[in-house]
Amino acid sequence: MARSENGPPHSGGDALRVDRLHVAYGRSVQALRGVTVTVPASGIVTVLGANGAGKSTLLRAISGTLFLHHGAIEGGTVSYGGRTLNGRDSAAAVRAGIVQVPEGRRVFARLSVAENLQAGLLGTGGRRSARAREARDRVLELFPVLAEREHQRAGLLSGGEQQMLAIGRALMAGPRLLLLDEPSLGLAPRMVGRIAGVVREIARQGTAVLLVEQNAAVALDLADTAYVLDVGEVRLTGPAGDLARTDEVRRLYLGEHDAQAVDGAAREPAAATAGTAPARAAAPLRRWRG
Amino acid sequence: MTKLSEIALNGLALGSVYALIALGFVVIFKASGVMNFAHASLLLLGGYVIARFHDELGFAGAVVVGVLATAAAAGVIEVLFIRGLGKVELHVLTILTIGVDILLTTELVRRIGSDKLSLGDPWGTDAAHIGDVYVAEARIAAIVVAVVLIGVFFIAFRFTSWGLSMRAASEDREAAALMGVRMKRVQLIAWCVAGGLAAVAAVFLTAAPTPGLDRTTGLVALKAFPAAVLGGMDSALGALIGSLLVGLTEALAAGYQSELDAFGGDVSSVAPYVVMILVLLVRPTGLLGSKELSRV
Repeated sequence: MARSENGPPHSGGDALRVDRLHVAYGRSVQALRGVTVTVPASGIVTVLGANGAGKSTLLRAISGTLFLHHGAIEGGTVSYGGRTLNGRDSAAAVRAGIVQVPEGRRVFARLSVAENLQAGLLGTGGRRSARAREARDRVLELFPVLAEREHQRAGLLSGGEQQMLAIGRALMAGPRLLLLDEPSLGLAPRMVGRIAGVVREIARQGTAVLLVEQNAAVALDLADTAYVLDVGEVRLTGPAGDLARTDEVRRLYLGEHDAQAVDGAAREPAAATAGTAPARAAAPLRRWRG
Repeated sequence: MTKLSEIALNGLALGSVYALIALGFVVIFKASGVMNFAHASLLLLGGYVIARFHDELGFAGAVVVGVLATAAAAGVIEVLFIRGLGKVELHVLTILTIGVDILLTTELVRRIGSDKLSLGDPWGTDAAHIGDVYVAEARIAAIVVAVVLIGVFFIAFRFTSWGLSMRAASEDREAAALMGVRMKRVQLIAWCVAGGLAAVAAVFLTAAPTPGLDRTTGLVALKAFPAAVLGGMDSALGALIGSLLVGLTEALAAGYQSELDAFGGDVSSVAPYVVMILVLLVRPTGLLGSKELSRV
């Protein structure tokens, strides 16, 4: 099938290498300037950064959807398992084993849940093969709620369920590298926790994950390796645990510096007037910044 | 009452032919986001090819050749102009199809001249009796063929990979692309299907009791246009309902012309547009159109 025409499936070195990548939108907007990122064959890598740092651009360059946004690779390479992906379209990326879950979920709202999952198989060739059935069973095991809602329109699902469907749809293709664009966006805290658990499980089952997130606390907790993008350049990189302890990341992305200051200020009077209003006000504030 | 049932049957036949054309509009719109104004010339092309070849190949053979030729022509338009131009706004492409229509129509009109070409259809001028209703055989054939083709179309749309790709892509191009849908192939097939359907429609538009193919036959496609629009433009089912509505309206307006004289002659040719405007006044996105209004 489609998979076999792409050389040895598991050559051990199936890493994604993004090397000195330059991407521009239109003629002048430089979105990425010499970005180098490596995602090994297994584990979770996260890319952090503020709005407009170039996180989504990086994913588009990997998944071959830059052209839909009038963007183009101007320099550098994207390769997966030794094969170059520059200039290939998204269908080629899917056949190579890279599938992206788009930002904002983007399920096909007027199709049923079952049809959405079927759509995940469109890039792989066989919709009725044994492998397709296996993939479907695996997805429904991971997300039992999707089995209950199978014949509902996807547009009627809650935000969290839509995110599960979007991830499930991507898993149908049996990717070896899953690209996740802001999976926690707009979800309730409890749902963020569930999605994080799912991402961890997917990685445990052997699919490499490249996770783009604004919720740095969740992302750094999940990931093995982290990159921080800033205005189109890699500013910091290293093991996620180390990065989480650097002052810069704590201040800019975890908001801990400020939160501690508020905490510290609040704690002293709190000792005197146990549990007064300012101490309670500080707690939600901290979570909002996280 | 005989008259009403005859009119209704004629309207149904007309509507099913419009449906073949309107589905073409809808498929292309869903796949490429473009209103294909070149559809009229494609229809004329289909009719012309069939008229040219029916002596040598027989009617059935000529229809096959005509359908294939028109599908190929539609595919060429897609490859050259719609895909080939790359990053161009959709409304520019829509206007471009008007240009293609003018070029193709001009060439075909030059070849057809002022003749009326027969397509060699086997139905002649016979009328079939159903109870005490008289209807031209060609009209019955139109209904039967349209029902079969539209049925096949809907089954394909619902159950094949191409259909799923089309439905997914028309909802969210980027998400579909991320699933590995080969958009170029899906689009090309959509144009070819639309072209083929237009050629079949040409057969029934020119069959008895109509005198035959002439230079203005393509213009009939413009009546399927309000059918597609009032159905919602991106809904295949809507196009089907819209076509039947337009066909029936036209047949009724023609049948009761004498009572409608107050509005002037030839009300029937205006009727489809009146229906379209009335529907759009109540439902701006058409009967079954999606709410999204950002497309051209």
